[in-house]
Amino acid sequence: MSIAVNMKKLTMVQAITEALKVVLEEDESVLVLGEDVGRNGGVFRATDGLFELFGDQRVMDTPLAESGLIGTSIGLAMNGYTPVVEIQFLGFIYPGFNQLITHATRIRTRTQSRYTVPLTIRVPYGAGVRAPEIHSDSTEALFTHIPGLKVVVPSTPHDAKGLLISSIKDPDPVLFLEPMKMYRTGKGDVPTGSYTIPLGKGYRRRNGEDVSLFAWGAMVKVAEEAAEKAAAKGVGCDVIDLRSLYPLDKELIAESVQKTGRAVIIHEAPSSGGVGSEVISIINDTSFLYMKSPIKKVTGYDAPVPLFTLEDDYLPDANKVLRAIEETVRF
Amino acid sequence: MDVTEQFPFIQLVNGEGKQLEENPSITVANAKRFYEQMTFSRMFDRKAVNLQRQGRIGTYAPFEGQEGAQIGSALALEDGDWMFPTYRDHAATAAFGHSLVNIFLYWKGCIEGCVPPEGKHIFPPSVPIASQILHATGTAWAEKKKGSDRVSLVYFGDGATSEGDFHEGLNFASVFQIPVVFFNQNNGYAISVPIERQMNTKTIAQKSLAYDMPGVRVDGNDVFAVYSETLKAVERARKGDGPTLIEAVTWRYGAHTTTDEPSKYRDQGESERRRQTDDPISRVEKYLKAEGSWDAEWEEELKKKSEKRLQLAVEEMEKTKKSDEGLIFDHVFGTDVWPVQEQKERFFHKESGK
Repeated sequence: MSIAVNMKKLTMVQAITEALKVVLEEDESVLVLGEDVGRNGGVFRATDGLFELFGDQRVMDTPLAESGLIGTSIGLAMNGYTPVVEIQFLGFIYPGFNQLITHATRIRTRTQSRYTVPLTIRVPYGAGVRAPEIHSDSTEALFTHIPGLKVVVPSTPHDAKGLLISSIKDPDPVLFLEPMKMYRTGKGDVPTGSYTIPLGKGYRRRNGEDVSLFAWGAMVKVAEEAAEKAAAKGVGCDVIDLRSLYPLDKELIAESVQKTGRAVIIHEAPSSGGVGSEVISIINDTSFLYMKSPIKKVTGYDAPVPLFTLEDDYLPDANKVLRAIEETVRF
Repeated sequence: MDVTEQFPFIQLVNGEGKQLEENPSITVANAKRFYEQMTFSRMFDRKAVNLQRQGRIGTYAPFEGQEGAQIGSALALEDGDWMFPTYRDHAATAAFGHSLVNIFLYWKGCIEGCVPPEGKHIFPPSVPIASQILHATGTAWAEKKKGSDRVSLVYFGDGATSEGDFHEGLNFASVFQIPVVFFNQNNGYAISVPIERQMNTKTIAQKSLAYDMPGVRVDGNDVFAVYSETLKAVERARKGDGPTLIEAVTWRYGAHTTTDEPSKYRDQGESERRRQTDDPISRVEKYLKAEGSWDAEWEEELKKKSEKRLQLAVEEMEKTKKSDEGLIFDHVFGTDVWPVQEQKERFFHKESGK
């Protein structure tokens, strides 16, 4: 059987550039804004070549001011444009937090949809690339707690493109988190042209009967590695890439644990108050009587992400996850 | 050069109602228009304070004393322009065409009060200080990108100039030459903190130098001067000549909000003295009298008309006891998102007792 769609082998960061190119071509209202997104093509080259293709009225370098960038983009979004803002690292977004939490996400409610904010904020996040201090934060739970904001995290080049196009087309603010660790970790098949992946839908990366593993971003790969190790010991893991952290894919989470009766949640963010706790809440609401053992979390610690000599100690890895899998099976 | 010479205090009509220079904005017709709007605003403001005292609306932020700054600037705008008020700028929003009922509803705790009349670009009052400066800059940026000649005008107080968003907004507007008017009402106090604790500069207007944009310092209680300077700034913006910072020096007679007691932090005798010598409304009355154009019957009629208009708005506002419960959920997202839908369902079928 032949597949009509043309594929290209791309890294995640190339897939992101492709997505931006597609929407800039499709929709005149789309603007790309940020520090270094223009001539320099972004600090990770995510906007490489777009300035040359679309010009400085559509791909705009701005002053170095995160609140200013998000705040003025709110104004652009309320008045007919579709801004796609790049914040260079999640650890640098905090000066813009007020604009996000008191304005971008409330304007629809405050004005009964008279004004809306179709704004996408792209942000590299996460540890594992030996980055300098404050460049490795994984504070997604700060944002999933904000009503009116969708939070999306791809783990593959294919999903990065489709999810970014969907995020930009979404009528509301979306925080699009890009796992830095995955930017250039291998290439994957990415369809050429435009396609979307629905927000709020996870994806089963591996089918298994014994334990459900839930992860997103760079931790999906860790979960897959752990699943491989578990398989060698005769334990089958159902690996679920959540892809959207708000809203979470309740159906898929429930379906998976109702099959396995066991769950391990993996995130690199600190344990307390992390999105993992929300996954547990969904399992509790939907599947309490299906569970055969307590749900485990393998996470970063309740400590600031350490400088890079300690980041491997801080991050979940396949062995830590495997141990948790074994504990849920042995319970 | 001393900064106060570089940014002189612009006055066209002084506290005695005496015209100080020729200016096309100083006409009897304008004086009557300003007087009517300012008088109405003051009646609105006092009505709102009374309604709060009677428990018919919630906490309210009065503006009495600042009518000149607000009316003079609001009337310089045209349809299609954008206005970004704070929570103290209802004289401006009402003059620009906001619904009085909605302004009252907002203070009554009903979110639908934030919605401006169809076709009017009036943003809901911004509560976090200075944050709206960026929205005004962004919407005006959009107008520029579309090639229109519409502009944004944003209100903010003296305290707001200490915030980072003040700098970021003025800087973006300056870098991209965005058609926005930054209208500062310097009333001397951010709740209790006097301006000397906000800044070491003698003026707010001089901050424009840092952005290489025109900056003017105007007597905010001289509605003619405010109108004239705002018109100039708006025209500059419309022509593509970029942003302007206007500092309108004024004074709030009363409290920061109805929960505040100003005598704790300042001599309220000062408010009384200013009421006698520097009131923006009395100034226009004195001007009209000096011109021989004061008409007591006109004023009487105007007050009756205003009273009626207010009464109708209050009656309309009081028809709404509370917002529809659906409004908790209905505009969080533009598409169905299951946690919100599920919680709405739960609320209506289990928790609301309905």
